[in-house]
Amino acid sequence: MDGSLLLMQVINGLQLGLLLFMVASGLTLVFGILDFVNLAHASLYMVGAMICAWLSYLVGGFVVAVLLALPLTALVGWAIERWVARRLYARNHLDHVLATFGLILVLNTSAHLLWGPEGIPVALPDYLKGQLVLGDDLVLPKYRVIIIAAGLLAALGLFWLVTRTKLGMLIRAGASNRQMVAALGINIELLFTVVFSLGAVLAGLAGMLITPITEASLGMGNAIIITAFVVIIVGGIGSIKGSFVAALLIGMIDTLGRSFLDVALGWVFSANAAENSAPAISAMLIYIIMALVLAVKPQGLFPPKVR
Amino acid sequence: MTRSNWITTLVLAALAVVPLGLYYAGQPFWLDIASRLVILAIAAASLNFILGYGGMVSFGHAAYLGLGAYAVGIPVHHSIFGGLDVLGLATSNGWVHLGLGLLVCAVFALITGAVSLRTKGVYFIMITMAFSQMLYYALISISTYGGDDGLTIMSRSELPGLALDDPVQLYALCFVSLLVVLALLRMVVNSRFGQVLQGARGNPQRVTMLGFNIFHYQLVAYVLAAMVAGYAGFLLANFTAYISPEMMDWTRSGELMFMVILGGVAVLVGPVLGAAAFILVEELLSHFTVYWQLPFGLMLMLVVLYSKGGLAQWLRLNQSGPGGGKP
Repeated sequence: MDGSLLLMQVINGLQLGLLLFMVASGLTLVFGILDFVNLAHASLYMVGAMICAWLSYLVGGFVVAVLLALPLTALVGWAIERWVARRLYARNHLDHVLATFGLILVLNTSAHLLWGPEGIPVALPDYLKGQLVLGDDLVLPKYRVIIIAAGLLAALGLFWLVTRTKLGMLIRAGASNRQMVAALGINIELLFTVVFSLGAVLAGLAGMLITPITEASLGMGNAIIITAFVVIIVGGIGSIKGSFVAALLIGMIDTLGRSFLDVALGWVFSANAAENSAPAISAMLIYIIMALVLAVKPQGLFPPKVR
Repeated sequence: MTRSNWITTLVLAALAVVPLGLYYAGQPFWLDIASRLVILAIAAASLNFILGYGGMVSFGHAAYLGLGAYAVGIPVHHSIFGGLDVLGLATSNGWVHLGLGLLVCAVFALITGAVSLRTKGVYFIMITMAFSQMLYYALISISTYGGDDGLTIMSRSELPGLALDDPVQLYALCFVSLLVVLALLRMVVNSRFGQVLQGARGNPQRVTMLGFNIFHYQLVAYVLAAMVAGYAGFLLANFTAYISPEMMDWTRSGELMFMVILGGVAVLVGPVLGAAAFILVEELLSHFTVYWQLPFGLMLMLVVLYSKGGLAQWLRLNQSGPGGGKP
């Protein structure tokens, strides 16, 4: 394996990890504060991507489309919280899972009705295309660097929000003791709505950022939700720091595993056996990691302190 | 007979008579629906055993349905195209398919169950889901068995005295299997083992204090349920004559879970009612529109939001007393 291929795959792994973090952080935030399991969270990733792809045709620019799609995705998140999630907070986790499973069918079919069954490709504007030349043989695709920068910014913004602002203080307080926060005169319902919509925007943003590379498609949500679950299980459900570490870990392991596992296995087994078993093993790799982490720490790497 | 026994008998008698009657009246379509219904009812009944009676909310039960089905498809594939010469596995012998399926399900359930049962609550839901998805992705990446597209099973399992190519004989096998599975589960639920399991659902501390190791009981129950689901997979493969990773996608697990909830948790005949309602509504809606999942999803949400106890509650079948269905 040569250096530039390795570097490229590290960049890809970083990119996947940060996108996963954007989806998983909303999931873990909503679970940590609302004690609500939202299977439909990744449908918001799909909805964000679809709205953005649709708008980019309508207004003719990807960046404008993203800026317009963010409040629209927040609106969808708000509506879901207001009409569905709020009725379920008092129920058990099984009811959450089942109702949001129904919600996935509703959201996916609605998107199918609105935008048709085909995926929607999104064109990048010229100034986001091309390569970034950093040195003699260090060349990076510009847009991937932008995704990574945007992902890091989103992560930093979220940390700042949660640890440095009044809203973040309320969010942390709500996570450790809901009743007490409500008793102190804080509008807990409003807080819940804000947190839920924030999670929706983060997931939506991740969906929007990936569309120019893949495309916006109906199945994209169902494909990422399980990986996002693996991330928050490994990280410890409710911990933003945990989901950040786990997202990067999982993103990196998954990407590098898919590219280099056949080579790595070739050092131990015969080339033929390595070639044959590598695809299946690399597909299972992140789940094996998850099982190993849980065998040592059943609450994940960073178990939430209060609960 | 009690009310619940009456309704159970009625439902099962209807399943025995109506599809075959319609088949011989020239409506073979309904026998297909009923076969799928009965097979999924077996899988749902096994899920009800751990979810309803054991309080283990597994979101990966379709994995075992898939494993049981692949244990038919893979040996048949090799018996026709060669390869896999170990232990005489490349065969269309039904006993081998069945034994292999049950064994693989038991081993996979033992390993993943031992890891999953260390966790509680929402962790358990997500981790069972993740393990089943692991199998799904692994099978997608194995191109020998069709990968994403799946595999057509060229010949059905050969069992002595049964021709599974005949839809009536296949349905008979499925229906008798359902009866046996329900009887078996009733026996286990009412046994000492089943009582410990239900006690552990209601009050784990107390059962532990009584000196039982809950983990062992739950693991055995988890493995047993997996094997029953694997058996349903064996039937499913012989019914559809086709296997694909899609059979074990997490949405399939969600559907099984819904059948259990729809029918009524921890009620013996609940999964049969649930599977019947689920499949008939699905069939009906998909006749009207390609967007049938929209009203279907709304229906699922409304069921969760506004009905407690499912169809069994509605028919007043709940006899397990308070706490039944609160995992």
